[in-house]
Amino acid sequence: MNPLAGYLLVAALLFAIGLAGALTRRNAILVLIGIELMLNAANLNLIAFWRYGPHPEALTGMMFAIFSIAVAAAEAAVGLGLVISIHRHAHTTDLDAMNRMKG
Amino acid sequence: MSVVFYLLAGLTVAGALAAVLLKNTVHCALALTVAFAGLALLFLNLDAQFAGFAQILVYIGAVAILVVFAILLTRGSETPKDGVYSRNWLAGLVIAAGVFAALGWAVLQSVRGLPHAAGPAPTVTVLQIGNALMGRYVLPLEIVALLLTAALIGAVIVAMHEKEGAR
Amino acid sequence: MQETISFTPQLAASPIAGILWLIPAVPIVASGVIALLKQPKRRTAAALAIGSLGFSLLLALVAFGHVVAGWSHGGAVRETVNFTWIQFGSTNVDLGWVLDPLSAVMLVMVTFVGLLIFIYSTGYMAHDENFTRFFCFLSLFAGAMLGVVIANSLLLLFMGWELVGLTSYLLIGFWYQKPAAAAAAKKAFMTTRVGDVFFLLGIVWLFAQTGTLLFYNNGAGSMEATALGGLLAQHAAWGLTAAGAIGLLIFAGAVGKSGQFPLHVWLPDAMEGPTPVSALIHAATMVAAGVYLIARVFPLMHAGALTGGTTAALTVVTWVGAFTAVFAALIAVAQNDIKRILAYSTVSQLGYMMAGLGMGGVAVGMFHLITHAFFKALLFMGAGSVIHGCHEEQDIRRMGGLKSDMPVTFLTYAVGMLALCGFPLFFSGFWSKDGILEAGSVWSVSKGPFYMLVFGALLTAFYMTRQVGYVFFGVNRGEKHAHESPSSMTTPLAILAFFAMTLGFIGTPAWPWFKAFLNGQAAGFDWHGFAEPGLLALMGTSTVVVLVGLFLGWWLYFGKSPKVEDPDVLEAAAPLPWGWLRDRLYVDEFYGVTVIAFYEWWANVADWLDRRVWGGAVSGVAWAFRGWAHLNRFLDSNVVDGGFDKGCEELNTGGGLLSRMENGRVQTYLRLLALAVVLLVAYLIWSSRA
Repeated sequence: MNPLAGYLLVAALLFAIGLAGALTRRNAILVLIGIELMLNAANLNLIAFWRYGPHPEALTGMMFAIFSIAVAAAEAAVGLGLVISIHRHAHTTDLDAMNRMKG
Repeated sequence: MSVVFYLLAGLTVAGALAAVLLKNTVHCALALTVAFAGLALLFLNLDAQFAGFAQILVYIGAVAILVVFAILLTRGSETPKDGVYSRNWLAGLVIAAGVFAALGWAVLQSVRGLPHAAGPAPTVTVLQIGNALMGRYVLPLEIVALLLTAALIGAVIVAMHEKEGAR
Repeated sequence: MQETISFTPQLAASPIAGILWLIPAVPIVASGVIALLKQPKRRTAAALAIGSLGFSLLLALVAFGHVVAGWSHGGAVRETVNFTWIQFGSTNVDLGWVLDPLSAVMLVMVTFVGLLIFIYSTGYMAHDENFTRFFCFLSLFAGAMLGVVIANSLLLLFMGWELVGLTSYLLIGFWYQKPAAAAAAKKAFMTTRVGDVFFLLGIVWLFAQTGTLLFYNNGAGSMEATALGGLLAQHAAWGLTAAGAIGLLIFAGAVGKSGQFPLHVWLPDAMEGPTPVSALIHAATMVAAGVYLIARVFPLMHAGALTGGTTAALTVVTWVGAFTAVFAALIAVAQNDIKRILAYSTVSQLGYMMAGLGMGGVAVGMFHLITHAFFKALLFMGAGSVIHGCHEEQDIRRMGGLKSDMPVTFLTYAVGMLALCGFPLFFSGFWSKDGILEAGSVWSVSKGPFYMLVFGALLTAFYMTRQVGYVFFGVNRGEKHAHESPSSMTTPLAILAFFAMTLGFIGTPAWPWFKAFLNGQAAGFDWHGFAEPGLLALMGTSTVVVLVGLFLGWWLYFGKSPKVEDPDVLEAAAPLPWGWLRDRLYVDEFYGVTVIAFYEWWANVADWLDRRVWGGAVSGVAWAFRGWAHLNRFLDSNVVDGGFDKGCEELNTGGGLLSRMENGRVQTYLRLLALAVVLLVAYLIWSSRA
């Protein structure tokens, strides 16, 4: 199999797993875990394309990935802070119970 | 495709699966760490050393810890009474499978256009990354810095307000 | 028989002919003024009526004198004044009036007798509360009758004719609170209407055929040679010419108005009106209008006859007249109401007049009309005086012995009675009736009418004697004592009695002034007039007949004083025929079973049609509308509203369904997002497969 295709497939699989986790778990934190997995899958994609792409010395893919990591970290921090804050309010992290936007 | 790749891929995927399937939330967080590690090794396999180490530092060193803290603070270690999966979990699963199918199909369709072998391994030094960051990518750098600042402040405020309200 | 008349052609109308229209106009205007008066103004009403008719009498006398003067200078006078009334396209409808001997004589008679009756009415109706209304109607009648007399146009005559019929209705039903009077008025109007329908047909036909309804119009009139020639050339049905057919149609109108069989049934019932009305309208003038009409259109009726011969129309007139004369006289024998006897007598005498017209011509018929007017008016007014004196009693079986209680009435009544019977020599009826009998004896078609009229004369004498015997002789069988009437009533009686005796002398064979005057010839006194073959024998025959009738009446009824409950002498002798006669030979009953029954049946059919068919159609339409409205409401509430409700329900349900998407749960939104992305990517990939 084409090596790049292999990396891409792995990334796709990771992405799907991350998505499945985000869509099916009840706990809000696990949704965030899923999101982190998705981001990582995207990073893998970037790095794989950087390595197998035409001009790796331009460092484009690497830079992109680094920035992505930074942003993902920031987002994880804020998200988890929100989850903690919600837990203080509703005393639960069950996403099914949080339907005050229903209508 | 070398054996290394398959091993590393398997590790990562296993870790990811465990992260979403396990009942105990703490176990999920630990499995996530394994997945992160696998990914870092995959980066290293791809000659992206800086990215790999950054991954280890940031993700495993910070994000995973953060997740564990969150689980701790929200008593996520307790088993919920209604089960760990949400209502209509099957729909979510199907959709995720659909996504994977779409992506896989896209990849497989475009196999012909992909390069067959990698070029020579690039030498990426920290000096080059530093130069790129300060040179070509200075704007994204500044914006990310702004973003990090905002996130920092935001997280503090969110946490702090709650503290005040709880009192 | 009548010879051809030559009248001086008119150059210009004399002044009297120019103002001739005032004669009917003034009484009509007086009637209008009286109609506006209040009820208590009796003297004003009476003064207006009598004054207007007196003025008309003066004018009539002037006109008469003018015509006599013209006649005495040789040649007769006929002056007409015509004018166009309506013009449509090229056809004109003209009206006009005529002054000739016939109209002059009739004018004088109508105004004179009318005036006497008006004066009589002031006494007779003195106690009636509707005095003013009575004179209003009387005046209107007088104006209308005079209009009929002077009319030169058949249309103007018809208008006067109808107006006379209207006033007759109003006056017969004057005491309209009495149901019998109201019914009698209606009957009179309806019966004469039947005749008038045919009359109108005749008028229309005449107009269509000749283009004019004027009688005399300098040669262009419908009674003049050109028009008559044209009518004779046309042939109608049953071997009649147009002239004959039109003549018969016009005669049908006269049959109704003059009470000939079979339209006589209204005249006896018309006695429900006040006695002056009976005297004026149903004795002297209105019923004579029919005879006058035939005299007016005599050239039409006579057209086409060979010398000495006659026409089909005149033959019909004669036979109808003769039959009516005998028919009515027979019924009069068995009647017990004083006015009804006189009514049937009038019908009988009108039959005589018609027969006289048919057999002897205008002069013969008109002479009897004039004399009859005087003595019949006298008899009716005398009967009114008797009724008034006997306190409104009208049954002759409850009267009696009035000879001594009411001498003036008795004397005048006796004069009238003898005139009616035709007592020889000194009574006008003798001469006029003899003229008719003489014409009958030489009639070319048949001697039948002659014998019938002779028999009629016998019956006339008989029933009048019976009446006089019951009323004036014997013992008073009434409840109260009778008294003589005031002079306002007896004076006209005396005047009329005088004329009843003397008028005959203008028509004797020795001095045929009347006939000569009407025909425009010279007249001289000549005793040799009596020397005509058969004339003296005829006079003797009629004298004998009258005396036999008088004797029979005297023998059966004088000196006896039967009680009210006792049957009549003849009734005891022959009850069955008497019953038939008393019941008026069942003509009314016959009409009731046939015509009236048919009319009621037809009215029921029309009612059924109206109610069921037309009403049903209207109801059906209304029902259809209601059904349509119901359908609309049903559609509106079920289909339209239901549709809307259903639609809204669907919208609601749809909205409800759609809002399930918004369940407030983040993961659901995420799933949807991911699904959408999947679909989009799939589509993109698919579409880019090349």
